[in-house]
Amino acid sequence: MNPTMAAARAGLRRGVIELRNTFTNAQDLWNYFFPTVVLLVTMFFMRGATVPGTSFSLGARTMPSALGMGLAFGGLIGLSQQLIVDREDGTLLRAKATPNGMLGYLIGKIVMLSAVALIGLVLQLTPGLFFLDGLRLTDAGAWLTMAWVVPLGLVATLPLGAVIGSLIENPRNMGLVVLPTFGLIALSGIFYPINDYPGWLQAVAQAFPVYWLGLGMRSALLPDGMATVELGHSWRHLETLGVLGLWAVLGLALAPVVLRRMARRESGSRVTARREKAMQRAM
Amino acid sequence: MTAVKLSGVVETPHPPDEDLVLDVRDLRMRYGTTDVLHGVDLTARRGEVLALLGPNGAGKTTTIEILEGFRMRSAGEVRVLGVDPGRGDERWRARMGVVLQSWRDHGKWRVRDVLAHLGDFYAPYGTDRIRRPWPVDDLLDSVGLTAQAQKRVHQLSGGQRRRLDVAVGIVGRPELLFLDEPTVGFDPAARREFHELVHRLADLDETTILLTTHDLDEAEKLADRILILAGGRIVADGSPDELARRVAGDAEIRWTRAGERFVHSAADATGFVRDLLHQHGDEVQELEVRRASLEDAYMALVYEEESGVRTGRAARVWQGSDR
Repeated sequence: MNPTMAAARAGLRRGVIELRNTFTNAQDLWNYFFPTVVLLVTMFFMRGATVPGTSFSLGARTMPSALGMGLAFGGLIGLSQQLIVDREDGTLLRAKATPNGMLGYLIGKIVMLSAVALIGLVLQLTPGLFFLDGLRLTDAGAWLTMAWVVPLGLVATLPLGAVIGSLIENPRNMGLVVLPTFGLIALSGIFYPINDYPGWLQAVAQAFPVYWLGLGMRSALLPDGMATVELGHSWRHLETLGVLGLWAVLGLALAPVVLRRMARRESGSRVTARREKAMQRAM
Repeated sequence: MTAVKLSGVVETPHPPDEDLVLDVRDLRMRYGTTDVLHGVDLTARRGEVLALLGPNGAGKTTTIEILEGFRMRSAGEVRVLGVDPGRGDERWRARMGVVLQSWRDHGKWRVRDVLAHLGDFYAPYGTDRIRRPWPVDDLLDSVGLTAQAQKRVHQLSGGQRRRLDVAVGIVGRPELLFLDEPTVGFDPAARREFHELVHRLADLDETTILLTTHDLDEAEKLADRILILAGGRIVADGSPDELARRVAGDAEIRWTRAGERFVHSAADATGFVRDLLHQHGDEVQELEVRRASLEDAYMALVYEEESGVRTGRAARVWQGSDR
């Protein structure tokens, strides 16, 4: 077999093994259920509230938005966190010491994180079936829309996550990414429509993938009438495709360069140095 | 060394190139304005076990990382398996194994899964002579982890974890293996098993091994040749025995005669003892001859390098070594 194919297949298996490993420890299991718990609590506090100007349940509007946010969060933060941790414990250097190991490593991560994102999606969606009215869960069109929004969202955010993870070496600096991401989420109309925001804030929100992922998921799961509450009174599928597509292209162009640069600098002494730093932190 | 000497066959003074697994000439490394390596020369032939010794900060790690292709050098000619490590491709990578010091990776994985998975990458690089990867069950058995095959890596003890690192290092049946302080954290039994494994790799599979260690006893047991790196250059290169002999020609002789203790140093210990016995015969008791150990040689060489004294015993080694 040709070595690249062998590595790609090994990467696929790697993703499956890593996914299986996430079911075997409390931390990872908690990470699966935590967003669902948060979402349920949010729904509880939103009970009875409606989307301004309509009689539609605010909770039912928030649900798909939150799913979009989860995808963006999983892609951006999930992969960058994994890269930072894997660099510290030597997994990445191990991949570098293995023929075509980096390719296998990346494929493995993409498979694993995509699967984790989908599982998270299902886990968050399930309670919605019982508590929320108005979601178009039985509509084939809804699933068709999700079938392009979800993969596109992952392709738009995973490479960016790889770039972020390559640039940040110290796990403590993860806050530099997580905090702005939370800010962005607040801006992006996940929990409340942003129609009343000043124009420049709306522009900022629309420059990033989070807003469009939220919008895309709403367009899939909400009744068509709800489009009137959105900016431009439309689901703007073409724009969604355009902006997410642009981020995907940008990420896919940048990620290999940044990843390669980061990987080139990896060596045993760097892993050792990081380990010593980590031990100092732990003391 | 596994070379079999046939009578009538003259040993070639310069081995043919394909037998030189490591060929380093005048390797230099500079970080900013600090020179870490000032012209390192070393070679290794197929199946040879080399121990690289030296105090911390002497440049061992830098040297090994350059050879592994993980670090670019400042200057010098370097060939590893016939390839410049700065330009090594994946095929080249597949022919070597690397065991580093501080690996904590794949903690959530089962031991067997790690080895099977990493082995998969080597499958396309198998040849008729070398089947890759090493079958997982054999490999587990070789490093003594059969009982731990289903355990999660983070549940392993320090020594077991280290053996897993070694297993990963050899899963691709490397022609060249780098071992960075491989036996730290091993108990004596595990250490002995590991030494047997190294011998087996070198003798049966003709694996060339470059290892670093602070354990001189281990270096003496494992290595065909010892290189001492101090102050950024190789200050000695030879078999453990040669080094010990060259550094301290003087052996120490102790004996008792008529209840009295005597100590004497002599370059020709055998001659001295012959005279002693000839002179005093049965009166000599508790005779003990202690030749300079590798540790003595190491201490002398490193001390002289670090204190800048190049005149004493080390100079003799320097001139005497066949570099």
